[in-house]
Amino acid sequence: MSLIGQRFAQLKAQHKKALIPFITAGDPIPEITVDLMHDLVSAGADIIELGVPFSDPMADGPVIQRASERALEHHVSLRDVLDMVSRFRQLDVETPVVLMGYLNPIEVMDYEPFADQAADAGVNGILVVDVPPEEGGELQQVLHARSIDQIFLLAPTSTKDRIRRICSLAGGFVYYVSVKGVTGAGHLDLQSVDDKLKEIRAETALPVGVGFGIKDAQTAAAVSGMADAVVVGSALVSRVEALADEPEKIGASLRELISSMRHAIDTA
Amino acid sequence: MATTETIIGTLPDERGHFGPYGGVFVPETLMEPLRALRIAYHRFMADEAFLRELDEDLANYVGRPSPIYHAGHWSRRLGGAQIYLKREDLNHTGAHKVNNTVGQALLARHMGKTRIIAETGAGQHGVASATVAARLGLECVVYMGAVDMVRQEANVYRMRLLGAEVRAVESGSKTLKDALNEAMRDWVTNVDNTFYIIGTVAGPHPYPAMVRDFQSVIGREAREQMLRQAGRQPDALVACVGGGSNAIGLFYPYLDDRDVALYGVEAAGNGLDTGQHAAPLCAGRPGVLHGNRTYLMEDKDGQIIETHSISAGLDYPGVGPEHAWLKDSGRANYVAVTDDEALSAFHDLTRIEGIIPALESSHALAYAAKLASTMRSDQILLVNLSGRGDKDMHTVAAREGIRI
Repeated sequence: MSLIGQRFAQLKAQHKKALIPFITAGDPIPEITVDLMHDLVSAGADIIELGVPFSDPMADGPVIQRASERALEHHVSLRDVLDMVSRFRQLDVETPVVLMGYLNPIEVMDYEPFADQAADAGVNGILVVDVPPEEGGELQQVLHARSIDQIFLLAPTSTKDRIRRICSLAGGFVYYVSVKGVTGAGHLDLQSVDDKLKEIRAETALPVGVGFGIKDAQTAAAVSGMADAVVVGSALVSRVEALADEPEKIGASLRELISSMRHAIDTA
Repeated sequence: MATTETIIGTLPDERGHFGPYGGVFVPETLMEPLRALRIAYHRFMADEAFLRELDEDLANYVGRPSPIYHAGHWSRRLGGAQIYLKREDLNHTGAHKVNNTVGQALLARHMGKTRIIAETGAGQHGVASATVAARLGLECVVYMGAVDMVRQEANVYRMRLLGAEVRAVESGSKTLKDALNEAMRDWVTNVDNTFYIIGTVAGPHPYPAMVRDFQSVIGREAREQMLRQAGRQPDALVACVGGGSNAIGLFYPYLDDRDVALYGVEAAGNGLDTGQHAAPLCAGRPGVLHGNRTYLMEDKDGQIIETHSISAGLDYPGVGPEHAWLKDSGRANYVAVTDDEALSAFHDLTRIEGIIPALESSHALAYAAKLASTMRSDQILLVNLSGRGDKDMHTVAAREGIRI
């Protein structure tokens, strides 16, 4: 079983739900990313989702777009992101790390060298936002051969056939995008999320994470009542942005938000 | 290499691939809407009533067929091949873009969509989208890079006159590529009631094929007109390539005519060796952007880089996937001309033939002039004059230190 699978199995045994924070690697400066990852774990994160900066993040809202822009001002490359994961692994070999990004930086590195280096660095899962299963065959094989889980998105527009097909290819967990929209979008409708999760669970035994639009502890707790994992991105990245000029304060701010979400989820 | 086989009608494959290029590289939310679009598109393109309505619009609203004009004065000056111009500049709204927006807007209405969105660079596609939206009573939002809005102020005003909302895009390089990102984000958010009219032969399948099919009216007409006016088909076709919709519109019906050479002309900006250009086919490499795999302008890390061209309509770091395939297969040749060369052709056509071309089309003219002078006077070049230059008055004047 992959590290991600093991983590979900442990949580299930403890009757707990996973909390998955997202930050963009290199935002606002590359030097603090590894420290922030440790901060997130110490505050209660179960899995870390690390964004790979890209110049044209078409699925992201303004908050995460600006995070990419800040990281790219420091020329943070996919190789740099893999280095950060390696350094994180020097102190933490247990917390699964998922890279989230777009295909082009991976294309440029080429699939095999990328997958080799990702495996060496200690990456456990990859979510490529602009690669649906229809285009992902080759990448999937390469990742599978190195025991890296390929995480796929499901959306409110996914039909039953697609849900079935995607779940049959997915590893680790499936990620349900709770709203039609970009990251950091408006209010999510808990009832429709619940309905769709029932549809998804009918097709797969994989854990289901929910993300896009989870802004505070209260929403996180509500979603954790339905899902196996809660993904929080823009709410964290907004805090990074607010403190971009005082990076030494970012860790404490992220710890505070994650702790409050952890508490809300565990007591929900 | 497929160059001895039939091409027309064989590409893309059902997954939208032109060899290794094209495809559907989008977030999951858009997969089902794109499938619905493919189905609707295939249904309506086989629907007699739909096609009749499209033909009537192209004839009576757009003003088709556009004429072909033998630029005899210019050809004599150049002392080589006879240059013929396909006059897309005479279309309603002043460019070839309207051929596509008329088709897609009709499709939007038949699919029951009430809102259309579009991206625009030079503003021509935005104007063409706002125009058809006004006529069909559809809500219209156009995304335009903040930098382009300054360069093309007059077109921004035209779109607003037509009732469209023009939204400034402040992210990234604030040009066409960012407008496309923003339009995609809008589409993901409003996918239930919104139809996204992409203006070029890029984006996820079925857009490259659909836009090509709507633009192919250019080449279909040209085949008939050349036979009638010159007694034969041209030796070569020349068209400018940004995303590549006017070029594919002219080329596509000629793909199986192996003795007709095809030249796509990219923007070399300040020169290919300066790095300040917009010529992914000539100086880029394959990657994935905006839903398809194609040639891109990118850095060593796979980040998309900023382009430069005097012409806002060519200022795009990607290119339609079918052009990428035509390049690799050897069926078409891709070349580039600089800002200065394009400007020189702009002035020549204006002074010698009394036709003011768009700066985009001036790139095709500049290459045609070079090519013509290497050819015999009984040979024929057909250039796609994809748009008129009215929108470029300020750009040209400013470049020459004149205030208007």
